[in-house]
Amino acid sequence: MEKVEQAKRKKRVKKRNRFIFRSAILVVLFGALVFAIVSNLTAEEETAVDKNEQAPDFQLDRVANNGDAVESSLQLSDLEGKGVMLNFWATYCEPCEREMPYMEELYPKYKEQGVEIVAVSVDATELVIDKFVDHYNLSFPILHDKDSQVLDAYGIVPLPTTYFIDENGVVVDRVLGELSLERLESYLQEIVPKGT
Amino acid sequence: MNIMKCSTCGHQNKEGTTICEKCGKPLDNDQQGTLLNMRYDGSAIRSKTKNRSIVDKIWNFFSSVKIGVTLITIALVASALGTIYPQEMYIPQNVDPALHYRDQYGILGQIYYQLGFHNLYNSWWYMVLIALIGISIFIVSIDRGVPLYKALKNQAIKRHPNFLKRQKLFGEYTDYNTDDKTQFINNLKKHRYKISEEDGHILAEKGRFSRWGPYVNHLGLIIFLVGTLFRFIPFMYVDDFVWVREGETAVIPSTNQQYYIKNEEFIFETYGNDDEDAIFEEALQNTSGPVPKHFETNAVIYEDVSRDVIGSDPELKEVKSGEIIVNEPLKINGLALYQDSYQLNEFQTMSFKLHEVDDEEEEAIVEFTVDLTDPESEYVFDNGYRIELNRYYPEYELNNGEPRSVSNYPRNPGFVFFVYGPDIEEREASFLAIGQNIPSGDNQYKLSLTDFGVRDVSGLKIRKDLTLPIIGLGAFIFMVGVIQGMYWQHRRIWIHQAADSMYIACHTNKNWYGLTREFEKMIDGTSFTMVRDQEKKNDS
Amino acid sequence: MDLISLSGGLLYTAFVIYLIAVIFFAATIRDKQHEKKFTLMNKLAIGTTILGFIAQVGYFFTRWMASGHAPVSNMFEFVTFFGMMLVLAFIILYFIYRIELLGLFALPVALLIIGYASMYPREISPLVPSLKSHWLYIHVTTVALGEAILAVSFVAGMIYLIRQINQSQTTAKTTWLEVIMYSICATLGFVIMTTIFSSMDYNATFSYVVDEEEMTLDYQLPALFGPENGELTTEDKMDAVFAAPGWLHGAEAPRKLNTLVWSLAAGLLLYLIARAILRQRIAAAIQPLLKKANPELLDEVCYRAVAIGFPVFTLGGLIFAAIWAQEAWNRYWGWDPKEVWALITWFFYAIFLHLRLSRGWHGEKSAWLAVIGFAIIMFNLIVVNLVLAGLHSYA
Repeated sequence: MEKVEQAKRKKRVKKRNRFIFRSAILVVLFGALVFAIVSNLTAEEETAVDKNEQAPDFQLDRVANNGDAVESSLQLSDLEGKGVMLNFWATYCEPCEREMPYMEELYPKYKEQGVEIVAVSVDATELVIDKFVDHYNLSFPILHDKDSQVLDAYGIVPLPTTYFIDENGVVVDRVLGELSLERLESYLQEIVPKGT
Repeated sequence: MNIMKCSTCGHQNKEGTTICEKCGKPLDNDQQGTLLNMRYDGSAIRSKTKNRSIVDKIWNFFSSVKIGVTLITIALVASALGTIYPQEMYIPQNVDPALHYRDQYGILGQIYYQLGFHNLYNSWWYMVLIALIGISIFIVSIDRGVPLYKALKNQAIKRHPNFLKRQKLFGEYTDYNTDDKTQFINNLKKHRYKISEEDGHILAEKGRFSRWGPYVNHLGLIIFLVGTLFRFIPFMYVDDFVWVREGETAVIPSTNQQYYIKNEEFIFETYGNDDEDAIFEEALQNTSGPVPKHFETNAVIYEDVSRDVIGSDPELKEVKSGEIIVNEPLKINGLALYQDSYQLNEFQTMSFKLHEVDDEEEEAIVEFTVDLTDPESEYVFDNGYRIELNRYYPEYELNNGEPRSVSNYPRNPGFVFFVYGPDIEEREASFLAIGQNIPSGDNQYKLSLTDFGVRDVSGLKIRKDLTLPIIGLGAFIFMVGVIQGMYWQHRRIWIHQAADSMYIACHTNKNWYGLTREFEKMIDGTSFTMVRDQEKKNDS
Repeated sequence: MDLISLSGGLLYTAFVIYLIAVIFFAATIRDKQHEKKFTLMNKLAIGTTILGFIAQVGYFFTRWMASGHAPVSNMFEFVTFFGMMLVLAFIILYFIYRIELLGLFALPVALLIIGYASMYPREISPLVPSLKSHWLYIHVTTVALGEAILAVSFVAGMIYLIRQINQSQTTAKTTWLEVIMYSICATLGFVIMTTIFSSMDYNATFSYVVDEEEMTLDYQLPALFGPENGELTTEDKMDAVFAAPGWLHGAEAPRKLNTLVWSLAAGLLLYLIARAILRQRIAAAIQPLLKKANPELLDEVCYRAVAIGFPVFTLGGLIFAAIWAQEAWNRYWGWDPKEVWALITWFFYAIFLHLRLSRGWHGEKSAWLAVIGFAIIMFNLIVVNLVLAGLHSYA
């Protein structure tokens, strides 16, 4: 009788081991499958700076005839404590051109509330930016990313792309494409520093 | 009871076993006359045993060769569907795929697009299909490889006479002497058979390793598939692109602004300009347009050693220089730069002269050159003339009657110039572009294009693929496994020494013709006759 | 320039020698008295084949010297090379199995393939930069060898089917076998029609309008199908009977359709003539000649060719291809139609091997699979190049 018991127990252990072994392998294999599919679906934009990430710091020269330019260059980290709207644009980009007057219109009001508007142009030549700034009489800081370094660092694909960064330098929102006046204003309200 | 007890030796075999593990007696109630199925050496395939839990059921589903073959067949058909029309990556970049498929291929194209077949190989279901094949390969290999390994490792030398009798190649000998047997064994040894003996019974075996071929190649495939998964880990895989103009230094994307590339020169050659191309004359006449022969970028790679804040002027240190040629990428630090495409003759400078409208000689009053990469807004001359570049459109186009640029690149430059001079009242404006010279009114002076400079643009792909070693390893192991399994075979010859006679049976996992021929050589110098092919007997 | 004509001459010589070898192989079938002996006729047959092969190797290297690159870079060169590899694969398998019948069928297939190749433009063409790599030779030659060995499996499978299938009544099997026979006739029909009209220098030009742009299309065969709204601009030539249907896309589609219809029609004519002469199905007429063939051995050759060819094909068609693609286009796999069809071929032979080794598909089933496999290879060689153009459409 004891022998039968022993054999039975042995069999049970064996069965349990087999169950564990098979389950483990299936979990690993299906885990890999799920990983593959999820990664494939999210593979599109892996390099771009996205919502809730720290906005990478950068420093760029301001174009010559822009607003009350005292300093010839601007560093993002100097604006800490302020909300920052960071707009990537170019003169040849029509939607960018359309939203520029809205930014100019809202700029004085939000500057008072501690929000800075910074527009980074990816144009190749400074001349075209100068003419553009003159034409629209833009007063907020216009920076020239002539070597596309910042463009590369932020992983910008479509123009315009606009980042709304809070006073701690964290991206609150990222907007791909054109903004209407209303939407622009609602985004700006979100990044007004809490203290003021 | 899930144990099968051998009626001859009493060994307890696992359920599903068809040949006793110990003595080799067939366990199927001796259906004389039918040949034994030797596929897994009669051992119980794990999944063929009873299954109760859901895990067992899933396991058994994937361990079936039938399921594996079905999955491969589905993948085959799906892959073929994807070639009916070009995939999305092969249609022009600047068109809307939805419209493209409809316009090019009609209603069928539209259906093709809507079913997502335009991007079939990246679709989630195609990936699932391939992954399921991978899972099937993995489970099948464990399920069959392990029992087969055990069966062959522990195989008995002495086999039951019925085992031999039911082999495809079998012979029974009564009229022989011991010299014949010795000679036969020597012949076996000469053919590199490994001989094991037990009480006069003999097992001669060679090429067992070829039985592992399928499992080795499956392992290779698994490694390969795992390698492709690693691609999704960001730092393992980079796929980017950069245009660099001659003389220009650009940041190499996907390097965190660490590396920069300067295009020193882009060289482009076509066929037909050389004496050695004479043999291609006929072929060149039959093709429209020039055929590119060679193109390369002479490049210098720099590293930014300052590592200051992004956007500040980099402090560049040269790390490498050389040519980037098609098929010969330039490599730095695991990153490879491939010559991909080019744009020839993009404008770089344009020279103009000012002359009087009425002057037929067009004698220059002033001459100046506009650097299109960094144009100045004013050109001032000693003789009192001043020319202002009021508007510059790198790639000019008319948009609702308004000129504007559609890109950054001087592919079709347009200019608005204001001319000021001692004898000009206020200013004279004119618009210039390729083939256009439009004065603003009754101009006294005219600007004319005198010369231009061009440069080429080189398109480079930036690639890093740390998965390559894994993928390569997988492919290598696969090849080893396939060759091992396909070019060798596992041959076994059993001799059963009965009291008054001797049985010889042969088995090979494939290439029976070769085994038959080898056996002919083996009985050379003995009195043994050829073994009988028992399958043939059944045929006729 | 001399090298080129020498090279052309050698190819022509090889073609003729292969033809003679076929006759010798036919003779070995007739005298089958001494079954296992290696008679003079056998030696003559295989000797001639080897001689022909050497002549073709001569063609290959002289052309290489003339052009400065291995002659595997356009349709004519590749298909010719494929024919040469088929002969080589046959020679290898002949020395393993000593089956003359294989030669009697494999060589005509090789001849047909070389004949088909020579219908393409034969001038030496320059290499575009991406093809300038040693991997061109390595990849293409290995693929051709692998596919040729797999083609031998088709030849063995076809002999097996003709030998084994019951011809006493019409069944689906006999019909499919006749489809194979007809396909061979159609290929022959294509070669014959093209040769006839090219020796007459036939050329008819059509002009037609696409997207407000005037286009012209040259026909080397009389136009049964002309371009939609096309107008014949050459004098004294036959005008198109039908317009090619509008859903056929691509600039040369009407001409390709025309060529296809001509080949199918000529093939049908050939097939019907053969049927009229033989007064039975072609396969049924061949069957008695194969009585002495050993079906088991044929089955083994059919399988063995796949066993040998599959690794070679994998190496050349997938692995070397991937290495080169990595070098040239910086991705080892790009889902180009040709690549996909190589993968399909690979899938198919993987299925073949699994069904045979694990599920015991021997004999007839396996022979049918070998035929389908060859059809896939031919599809990849012809249809993918001509219709589903991609990176590989260099011809």
